[in-house]
Amino acid sequence: MSMDESLCDLTIHEARSLLDSRTVSSRELTEACVSRIESIEPRICALLTVCAETALEEATKADSVIAAGDAKPLTGIPFIAKDLLCTEGVRTTCGSRMLDNFVPPYDASVISALKAQNAILLGKSNMDEFAMGSSTEHSAYKATRNPWAVDRVPGGSSGGSAAAMAAGEALFTLGSDTGGSIRQPAGFCGVVGLKPTYGRVSRYGLVAFASSLDQIGPFTRDVKDCAIVMSAISGHCAKDSTSSPEPVPDYRSLLNADIRGIRVGVPKEYFIEGMDASVRASVEEAIGILQGLGATVDWDVSLPSTRYALAAYYIIAPSEASANLARYDGVKYGHSVRRRNAEESVSATRGDGFGQEVKRRIMLGTYALSAGYYDAYYLKAQKVRHLIRREFDEAFSRYDILVTPTSPTVAFEIGSKLDDPMQMYLSDVFTLPVNIAGIPAMSLPCRPASGLPVGVQLMGTRFAEATLLRVANAYQKATEWHLQRPLP
Amino acid sequence: MVQCLGLFHPMTLSQKEVRHIAWLARLAVTDEDVERFRTDLSAILEHFTVLQDLDTDGVPTAAHASLLDTVVRQDVSGASLSPVDVLANAPDQEDSLLKVPPILGLD
Repeated sequence: MSMDESLCDLTIHEARSLLDSRTVSSRELTEACVSRIESIEPRICALLTVCAETALEEATKADSVIAAGDAKPLTGIPFIAKDLLCTEGVRTTCGSRMLDNFVPPYDASVISALKAQNAILLGKSNMDEFAMGSSTEHSAYKATRNPWAVDRVPGGSSGGSAAAMAAGEALFTLGSDTGGSIRQPAGFCGVVGLKPTYGRVSRYGLVAFASSLDQIGPFTRDVKDCAIVMSAISGHCAKDSTSSPEPVPDYRSLLNADIRGIRVGVPKEYFIEGMDASVRASVEEAIGILQGLGATVDWDVSLPSTRYALAAYYIIAPSEASANLARYDGVKYGHSVRRRNAEESVSATRGDGFGQEVKRRIMLGTYALSAGYYDAYYLKAQKVRHLIRREFDEAFSRYDILVTPTSPTVAFEIGSKLDDPMQMYLSDVFTLPVNIAGIPAMSLPCRPASGLPVGVQLMGTRFAEATLLRVANAYQKATEWHLQRPLP
Repeated sequence: MVQCLGLFHPMTLSQKEVRHIAWLARLAVTDEDVERFRTDLSAILEHFTVLQDLDTDGVPTAAHASLLDTVVRQDVSGASLSPVDVLANAPDQEDSLLKVPPILGLD
């Protein structure tokens, strides 16, 4: 690893000081990331598109902004975006052949917000097709490898962004989370990943999977960086009618308060038979550390509706997906197969352009919404959603945060869960309930197990990201797991 | 199809049901696809029977995670994407129109 490339391992806050003091330029930082991408991509396959030339031009522009004394927190900082986010003029595939040739004519709101700060877009990351998956193996293009062990998955669906962050291909990356797609890969790749409260971050320009569950969020090296990116991307957006007018706190200024007296709840339904014993031990140790920092911990909390969350999610999400993916018909953009009439053309386009997992979920959703089944499945799942949400609300009247493992296991081997869809779905069992309730949650690295990262998940009530970040920051000040890097 | 309120059907789908779902979703499927989806979907639906244990009588439905009501804006026109930008990704176009195969009148 060259001296040059080591710049990629800086945190955003470290890079900010070096940039503002003109010790390092954004150009040098961006070149270092491009160099890191070139050397590591053959091994981890995290990216679908790299924008080296435009990135270097943007870096030069960022340097003049810094020289003029107008730098914002993310000015000159290179980042990578999940290929589910529309980036103007830059190919956006959503990991699917359906959008193999799609070049968006506009930027997603979060991308506009980052460009307004002169952050540097380095490229687009690999993902499970249309965000449906937990391993990035369902990408139509290639499987991404976990930088900690290349025979293992990075998690999914934002596996490319998680792997890119762990490998230092950028100083932060963006993902999306519908059932755990930021948190689970963050846990598998040993980085910080946060799913905001539903409505905290604009979904304008995020290609829709399940509209009542999707949220965009950051992958970062540490909690401080997470707070910086969250401040940049959060807030009401006129173009997303589901975005919240709730004011955005100054996350960074709220980070350092101590956590004495914080009430931590540990729901026992998240410590199940069949989970890795070493994952359990690692997470229990992390909770013990919070206790040592002054938090009061109740180890005996119960959330009985947890066992219904998987079924509710796998009815709601595919149902919404079946509606959201109806637009891919080969008429306006994307893959297009022409047959003798419109109906056959649409069916052939969709049969050809979508992968198996996407088709499976579209069919599941179509079935759940169809006449005769709507009440038993979709309506029932929506009632279960209400119960899950109510149970979390009640828990948050007694606790400030809930702490659980992010996943039942460490990163699994590539190919090991492809034969049985249910096995893959079960890997999200701890993350799904959070999306159903619309609450925020983050995954932090804690003690690894057998050389592989383990994530501990913190959950908070709606719009309590500042509390999550404060507790997470206290944890990171007392531990060093977030300083570990995968071997080159 | 039988109306079922709170009751679940037998969990094994038939090939005919799978083909019907594929048609509703406008997804062209091969015979191998149909059988594979039949077994996959049946297994997943079997898992959903756990929801029968939960008494949801009188529970309101939560269609959304957001607590907002319908959001509206002033009916004022503003900047929009140009037709050139919008059609840039079109598979087939002519005179600023999208060209599609015939919908009706072919037999």
